[in-house]
Amino acid sequence: MIEVKNLTKQFGSKTAVKNVSFSVNEGEILGFLGPNGAGKSTTMNMLTGYISSTSGTAMINGIDVLEDPIGAKKHIGYLPEKPPVYGDMTVKEYLNFVYQLKKSKLPRESHLAEICDLVKITDVKNRLIRNLSKGYQQRVGFAQALVGNPGVLILDEPTVGLDPKQIIEIRTLIKKLGKHHTVILSSHILPEIQAVCDKIVVISSGSIVANDTTDALARNLSADHKLVLRTEGKSEEIKKLLSSIPGMERVYINREAEPGVFEYFIEAAQGKDLRREISKKLTSRNYPILMMKSNELTLEEIFLKLTTGDNYGRVDM
Amino acid sequence: MFAIMKRELLSYFTSPLGYVFVAVFYLFSGVFLYLFTLYNQTADMGSVYVGMFFVMLIMIPILTMRLMAEENRQKTDQLILTSPVSLPRLVIGKFLSAFVILLMCMVIFLIYGIVLSFFTSVNWPIILGNIVGMLLLGSVCISSGLFISTLTENQMIAAVGAIGLNIGFILIDSFASVMPTEFLQNVFRSLSFYSRYNEFTIGIFSFSNIFFFISVAFIFVFLTVRVLEKRRWA
Repeated sequence: MIEVKNLTKQFGSKTAVKNVSFSVNEGEILGFLGPNGAGKSTTMNMLTGYISSTSGTAMINGIDVLEDPIGAKKHIGYLPEKPPVYGDMTVKEYLNFVYQLKKSKLPRESHLAEICDLVKITDVKNRLIRNLSKGYQQRVGFAQALVGNPGVLILDEPTVGLDPKQIIEIRTLIKKLGKHHTVILSSHILPEIQAVCDKIVVISSGSIVANDTTDALARNLSADHKLVLRTEGKSEEIKKLLSSIPGMERVYINREAEPGVFEYFIEAAQGKDLRREISKKLTSRNYPILMMKSNELTLEEIFLKLTTGDNYGRVDM
Repeated sequence: MFAIMKRELLSYFTSPLGYVFVAVFYLFSGVFLYLFTLYNQTADMGSVYVGMFFVMLIMIPILTMRLMAEENRQKTDQLILTSPVSLPRLVIGKFLSAFVILLMCMVIFLIYGIVLSFFTSVNWPIILGNIVGMLLLGSVCISSGLFISTLTENQMIAAVGAIGLNIGFILIDSFASVMPTEFLQNVFRSLSFYSRYNEFTIGIFSFSNIFFFISVAFIFVFLTVRVLEKRRWA
């Protein structure tokens, strides 16, 4: 498992990561989400002992990365942003090198063959890495992280440069690995995080702005008591009608969506579902409902809301 | 440590660098052997070794330039620095890879000795003593080159920097002669690479010289480890 407490990194006067704390248990996949330059890679580099932290601690399976770097590194498989592959080696030579470097005790031939199968690079085993496409190089980098079967996997944007089919394969693989490993995965692609991760940490300009399970994050920030409604008829009258429904907080006329059809933003009291009442009220007055949907935030909007502090990208009340 | 050494050696011989380096080394030693020994009809190879002093100081930076600089540039240092290998072992692994190439270069002097022994009696202790001397000087050049290579991501800068540093080593004697006090002159003279190396070529196998070169090589290996460590803390 991974435990991070108050991790801070300063480069000169610039604070790249500020007081970051989170933990990941075995069998969990943590998604590390943030815009470019938020400090994702810096945090991962601190976890893997590539750079030191200015203050705070990072524990890998109970071992402090700064106090016993070698001990901690034995448990880590790390795929950095740019796959650390040597162009002048073949895939086979490279994986053999990593195997020796990590002093793995697993049976070499079968272990490496298994990894090659998992990330589907068996067919390029004897080619120079330099001549492989970006997607294959990325997968060789992934294979490298799996050598020695480390308990903790730290993957910095593992699906960059892959085609859609490969992306799905790698995601499935990560999910599978996540059952028995502790995985941290960084990405700025939200559906990816949503599809793969159990927990999400959102980081923005070096600080954590959200840390929760994927579902809870979507639930807390989504607004199911907010609705968008389109109906035909005189807007002021309809607004008055809607406002008279008990439990209604606010009704706004957003715009005229079609000639004679207005769009309304409706906000009920927290936790109140007024869809039935609205429907009854409007149909009783012969106002046809052309559209009604809950104003649910997608993870993308949550992300923007958290990282930019406003509802950029959507029209809201 | 040996994994790193093996990888570097593999890399020397998948690119032309390893072959070219060894070939050029053999070429120069052969030219010197012809000019200083065969042409003068003597079995004394002392002048050949003197010539090799300059060849090594200029050429070994080419051998060491990519050792760390290329890792820095390709970001593969992220792999080796996050693997469970201690920094001293990592640096020694790199050092040994270049040292093995140097050993390959030294074989030629044994062959010269054997060839000469068909025509005249050869003083083997002196040949072996000089091979040790060249290996010691080479170790210093490798470790200083490795140190410079760690400081940059650019192979060219690593090579030029290391050659500059080595020329500085050659010039220590000239600095000594312009020092104002006798004490400083003595300090610089005792640091002179050339006069210490020269003792090998005239057949003096002195432990103070051996110890001197080993110490300087050790200092640069130590500095390399410190640079890598410091980068972590930057």
